[in-house]
Amino acid sequence: MPEAPTAPSAGPRRWYQRIDWGLAIVAILSFGSAGYVFVKEGPTLWLQILMEDAWLFASILPKVGLGCLIGAFVRLLIARETIERYIGRGSGLPGLAIAGLIGMLFPAGPFTIFPLAVVLLASGADRGAAIAFISAWLLVGINRAIIWEMPFFGTDFVLFRFLLSMPMPILLGLMARAPVFERLSPTLPAPREPGGGA
Amino acid sequence: MIILFFTALLLAIALALGTMAWRRGRPLFDKGLADARSQFMHLLPRLLIGILGSGFLAHLLPRETVLAWFGPNSGWTGTLLATIAGTLTPGGPVVGYALGAAALKAGADFAQVIAYVTAWSLLTLNRMLTWEMPSMPMGLIAVRVIVSLPLPFLAAWLTMLVR
Repeated sequence: MPEAPTAPSAGPRRWYQRIDWGLAIVAILSFGSAGYVFVKEGPTLWLQILMEDAWLFASILPKVGLGCLIGAFVRLLIARETIERYIGRGSGLPGLAIAGLIGMLFPAGPFTIFPLAVVLLASGADRGAAIAFISAWLLVGINRAIIWEMPFFGTDFVLFRFLLSMPMPILLGLMARAPVFERLSPTLPAPREPGGGA
Repeated sequence: MIILFFTALLLAIALALGTMAWRRGRPLFDKGLADARSQFMHLLPRLLIGILGSGFLAHLLPRETVLAWFGPNSGWTGTLLATIAGTLTPGGPVVGYALGAAALKAGADFAQVIAYVTAWSLLTLNRMLTWEMPSMPMGLIAVRVIVSLPLPFLAAWLTMLVR
């Protein structure tokens, strides 16, 4: 199980592997459209748009910084084993709710979340809980929302989307538990813990 | 007002967590600060370029097309288009959010942008290929994708209902 699929093999990475393609796409779009507006519409409108966006950017920076701080401290303070124990243990609807809640609160990148979901499956969580956990991180991950979504959409949009999406990881977990999916992703036998609690 | 409250709340949480880390020892606290700073420095240029770009992009997006495809009268076809767009959006979070924000400014309907963000969050092929497939069993990914397919539509429908 690869921890982080970065460079496919050993050896120096080629220049095109070191480029952040997401950033490159955005940079081309951004500088391209900024240049086009400047040429086509003149400096007055260009400056006006720039000032609006610069103000938005400045006003969001404290939240982004605090989001980074919170994320870093939570990652350091909460051991991965603790999360495995809590999600692996739960069953029924509470199990899905716990898995969703942890996915929502745990600040981590994709390189942690997906391998962690596999570990959860191996340590006794069912596919519903694993999917609730991943979906919560994707849909209502608080850290992601603060440092990525709020800068672009503002607080109101994000709060609305959050309230709307909050029950969805549980719903997805319930759907994933449907017996039709047993063939696709079979339930693993629960690992026996010698003398372990319920 | 709500923004100020929210920032204060974040500050309180950050202070509480910082105190907890400090009590566990100076090296842990310093590592937390260093991690946070490196993530912040990673984010800064991306957010700056993305946010400034989405303003100009919104100005340039053909208003008639955005309105026709994703506007208030675009209905379920618009939701379907938004879902497909979310699935196909390349790159990381900056691209998805910058495009969504630009579309919203250019006249796309709120519900369709919610559908787009939901589809992008759950189903973007880019993330599936780079992160999910190398680290998870295909069966689990398949189940996750199948159950997630209706979600953008559910999100758009709920948005229209509430509004």
